[in-house]
Amino acid sequence: MPRYVVATVEEIPPGQRKIVEVSGISLGIFNVGGEFFALRNRCPHQGGPLCQGRLAGILQAREPGEYIYSRPGEILRCPWHGWEFDIRTGQSWFDPRRVRTRRYPVQIEPGAALLAAADAPPDPEAPAPGLQKGPYVAETYPVSLDRQYVVVELPAAG
Amino acid sequence: MTLTAMQESTGSRTALRLVDCDIHNALASDQALRKYLPARWRRHHELFGMRGHAGAYYPRANPHAARTDAWPPSGLPPGADLDFLRAQLLDYWHIDIGILNPLIGAGGVLNLEYGAALARAINDWQIAEWLEPEPRLRASIVVAYEDGDLAAAEIDRLGDDPRFVQVLVVARTAEPLGRRKYWKMYEAAVRHGLPIGMHFGGSGGAPITGAGWPSFYIEDHAGMPQSFQPQLTSMIVEGVFEHFPSLQFVLIEGGFAWLPSLMWRLDRAWKLLREEAPHLRRLPSEYIREHVWITTQPMEEPPRPRQFAELLAQLGMNDRLMFATDYPHWDFDAPDEAIPSWLEPELRQRIFAENARTLYRL
Repeated sequence: MPRYVVATVEEIPPGQRKIVEVSGISLGIFNVGGEFFALRNRCPHQGGPLCQGRLAGILQAREPGEYIYSRPGEILRCPWHGWEFDIRTGQSWFDPRRVRTRRYPVQIEPGAALLAAADAPPDPEAPAPGLQKGPYVAETYPVSLDRQYVVVELPAAG
Repeated sequence: MTLTAMQESTGSRTALRLVDCDIHNALASDQALRKYLPARWRRHHELFGMRGHAGAYYPRANPHAARTDAWPPSGLPPGADLDFLRAQLLDYWHIDIGILNPLIGAGGVLNLEYGAALARAINDWQIAEWLEPEPRLRASIVVAYEDGDLAAAEIDRLGDDPRFVQVLVVARTAEPLGRRKYWKMYEAAVRHGLPIGMHFGGSGGAPITGAGWPSFYIEDHAGMPQSFQPQLTSMIVEGVFEHFPSLQFVLIEGGFAWLPSLMWRLDRAWKLLREEAPHLRRLPSEYIREHVWITTQPMEEPPRPRQFAELLAQLGMNDRLMFATDYPHWDFDAPDEAIPSWLEPELRQRIFAENARTLYRL
């Protein structure tokens, strides 16, 4: 599965996000309290730019008059119609089985490991390392040995 | 026209011509109308301001009821920055023609002469700041609809300007819109060949539901058909369409899944009670199919596509459905997603542009 370097860790502080385009797909990369998540920047409802939406918590009630607010910063609301998605799973809040946005695995990796993987000569016996420097990153972020990077895995094209 | 030029001018996102029948242009600030008001009303505007019926406005989920991505970088409110509206709406979706429906509340102002002065100022603001600089835009004439004479005067002032394509009223008026107090407005609209567009919202003094004042905005939002239904019923039953046989009436942002059942109920009731309103010479549904047009946003979204096809069949108004986005509001409909892609291409083109071009003579 191709992997793309999309940002340095410092570039997306907790509570912040970055919209990137990888392999023709717009993604939102989110830092929620030090954990990184990647969601497709397209709402399954009408195609709104989901990852530009507000991050909030979820408000629940077991009965009228009761308000339980939890998981602040983990629920993404589409900027158009306010559909709510769980940033950890990509599932919608109101219909988690049927409505979801695509979520992609994210890892934090040191620059040294990325460079080693990218430079390694192809070994026919070993599984392909799969690292690809995303075109956006190649221009903006030369990967250096001593920094931490946000890496997203996308399914292979086609 | 070459194929390439055709594609460029007709929208790569839908590959169809596109008319957006409901765009909300907004004032940059409460000072924006100053220069369009005569001194007498400018002073009133500054000293006293607008006073309508209170309570009908329920706080929206989003400030200015806007898409949260619709705030222009200029810092102006959503819908107030023409350049941003061009970029985010007209250019992005390749919209050929967009119709402005400013919701500034002039028609609901209780001081009718002040309301009429505001309506004139809003219309002159539309000409100077929207229609002159952007040829893709058309506008509705804002009027003080609670007074037939004042409304008619404004329609007569602007009715021959082809950039104004309809007269704007709201779904919540002081009385049902079929009542005679509104007829001079209809007479003027007919005189200039303009439809009456009735938009979601307003504040006429009555509670916003037939059961009284609700607690939540969701009740206001989802319950709007209960203002559209009696308005349309009143227009029919009072005989407006008998009296003004060329008058056309547009339901803007009120939905339409409720309309087949209203037609069934009215037709049945007319057969039973026809003698109460003998001026109705035909089935109510016949007036509806000859006088009423519908904008699509907020799109009806039944759980299964087949149910939408059934709805269209029950409605029987494929030549009267017109696409609208409601930009920049939070319940915006996207052109490439809101209208089911499996509809016949010819029908999609009618909904996206041809029906509106027919009605508004675009």
